Amino acid sequence: MSQPVTFRRRAVGEMGTRKPAAVGRAARRFMGKRQWAVDDFTPMEETRDRARMIRLHTLANLHTYLDQFADSVERNGGQVLWAADAAEANRLISEVVARKEGSLVIKSKSMVTEELDLNAHLQAEGHTVVETDLGEFIVQLAEDHPSHIIAPVMHLTRQDIGELFHRRLEIPYTDDPEELNAVARRHLRRFFLSADVGISGVNTGVAETGSIITVTNEGNGWLTTAAPRTHIAVMGMERLVPTFADAATIVEVLARSATGQRLSVYTNVVSGPRRPGDPDGPDEFVVVIVDNGRSGVLSTDASEILACIRCGACLNVCPVFREVGGHAYGQVYSGPVGSVLAPGLAGFTDAVDLPFASSLCGACREVCPVRIDIPKLLVHQRVRATRENDPFRWLGPGLSLYAQAAKRPRVWKSLLAAGRMAGRLKGKGEWFHRLPFHAKGWTQSRDFPAPARESFRQWWKENRDGS
Amino acid sequence: MSETVQLFVTCIIDAVFPQVGRDVVEELERNGAEVEFPANQTCCGQPAYNAGHHRESTEVLLHNLEVLDRTGGPIVIPSGSCADFLIHHGPRLASGDPEKAAMAERVAARIREFTSYVTEQRERAATVDAETQDRSPARRAFYHPSCHALRGLGLRREGESLLESVRGVERVEIEGAEECCGFGGLFALEMPEVSTEIMNTKLDRLEEAGVEMLVGGDAACLIHLEGGLRRRENPMQVVHIASAIATGRGDRR
Repeated sequence: MSQPVTFRRRAVGEMGTRKPAAVGRAARRFMGKRQWAVDDFTPMEETRDRARMIRLHTLANLHTYLDQFADSVERNGGQVLWAADAAEANRLISEVVARKEGSLVIKSKSMVTEELDLNAHLQAEGHTVVETDLGEFIVQLAEDHPSHIIAPVMHLTRQDIGELFHRRLEIPYTDDPEELNAVARRHLRRFFLSADVGISGVNTGVAETGSIITVTNEGNGWLTTAAPRTHIAVMGMERLVPTFADAATIVEVLARSATGQRLSVYTNVVSGPRRPGDPDGPDEFVVVIVDNGRSGVLSTDASEILACIRCGACLNVCPVFREVGGHAYGQVYSGPVGSVLAPGLAGFTDAVDLPFASSLCGACREVCPVRIDIPKLLVHQRVRATRENDPFRWLGPGLSLYAQAAKRPRVWKSLLAAGRMAGRLKGKGEWFHRLPFHAKGWTQSRDFPAPARESFRQWWKENRDGS
Repeated sequence: MSETVQLFVTCIIDAVFPQVGRDVVEELERNGAEVEFPANQTCCGQPAYNAGHHRESTEVLLHNLEVLDRTGGPIVIPSGSCADFLIHHGPRLASGDPEKAAMAERVAARIREFTSYVTEQRERAATVDAETQDRSPARRAFYHPSCHALRGLGLRREGESLLESVRGVERVEIEGAEECCGFGGLFALEMPEVSTEIMNTKLDRLEEAGVEMLVGGDAACLIHLEGGLRRRENPMQVVHIASAIATGRGDRR
């Protein structure tokens, strides 16, 4: 199979832009805030352990909790729709939205709808879609894609955003964040008041109560789910926890890990449509539960990635993500979590080289609020990639030779001797400036040391053996 | 009381930096150990493991486990990465066969990363180097706590303390000291541009902090960083911690 656009090529392209500098700065700032929030909370480590157990328990019993969740939603007067893939999800959502022709749809942040490419689908059917999360609003204005699961415009500077607003909203240029925020707020208000349908994501669904929880810092999530007559919540099928107390645990580690806050400004709980006597709320509450490849992932040895609560800490701490930014991954989910999840969801074709976009430094494992061993899962995905569609086929013969030699000490010694022969071409302590074939990847930026004239084992044999 | 230790020297030190291996032996012996070198050892198998070629990795691993399992005493490895591999990944790779899994566990339990072992040796012997009182002009040295030693084995302070015991050296900090250097094994060949960008971030910070000597416990990270420093024509000295403490001066690789 061919590899049309690889991570490496996209990364090189991105590294030639101004984006990585903005990403690196923002990611380090996020990590600083996270550290504060972790230090601030004495029982953080135990809470992480508990959050992990909740998520793993849920995954191990996912179908039971999905059934319970659906029953609870329906008991509360809501409706549950099941979507096996993106096409089905889009069709089901369309059917709800299209009860009125040319609906105005407002959205609060949802990564799963990015998987579906829902906006394009609804717009093609004649509806108007407006993103109301500030970051997503900017992405929509720029006709761009989110580059980070919680900070969609991490790749932009405030100057970039100032220019964008100037160009698209026809306001005088400003890069003052407060002013830009006020502009967006004014612009969005009329949509909040007149929207027919609100579409939200789901941070956590609660099986016991049939509630969906969204966390935001802007209040747009609340308006999106309460103001329009119809609220559609789109949820990845793994986003559940059993009880409300469990959800509280998740929310606690989520905010601290994601933005370094004790809690997000808004923690929004929706448990069904408006009931008699409620001051607000939609007449209609629909939850669309999306599989879209998740069942497949659940049956592999990378299934633990589904325990992810989408805080983005692994992106912020990742040395690769910081240098290339989210767009280099070419998938909805980027960074370490995306490098495991994307090939699992999308198949080992376009995203096949993402598991290799890591130095396996382990920083992601250290910060993951639910302690997913991401490096281990990256290696699992590498094994699958090399079997199914090896993105580095040129390595295969070299690794076979290596293995053949390294399990036979005599052959190994001859290989070392051959290396020394090559080294003799250089003087003692010399370095190669240019190596052939794929090793030139090394020497395009680094010298490589010539092997020593006498290996350690030779020295040992001559000086120590039998002594 | 002298303890017999097995040296697993690592393929890189064996082939490229044999002097580091000799310094490891010297330091272990100075602290009273009896050093043995199992002659049929080759490489731990990690390169193939990280590349996703687990059949190849397992073959290499099992050969070396068999070699090491026939010996006794602690197995000292002057690399956090190879030690982490044999401790944490070896048992998993060998788990298909109960006998081999048991062997992997036995060997894993004996693995000791060099800085951690020497720190313990020194504590046991209560050797305080009188010469650490030396106040000659100090060279600014940074201890790079390679990722697998740091996050895999929980080691950092050990190497730093050893560096602090070296005469004429002042240990300094840099920004983002615990961030990866970008080496990542075959990652450096699979994604050379990204590996280089991460390396450059690290080298910039070393330069900003005025580091004159870069010391670490993993020869592979050091090759990568020194290779990059050479392109910058930066004369920063790059030294394995074993050589720094064996010479007590750190002017030899």
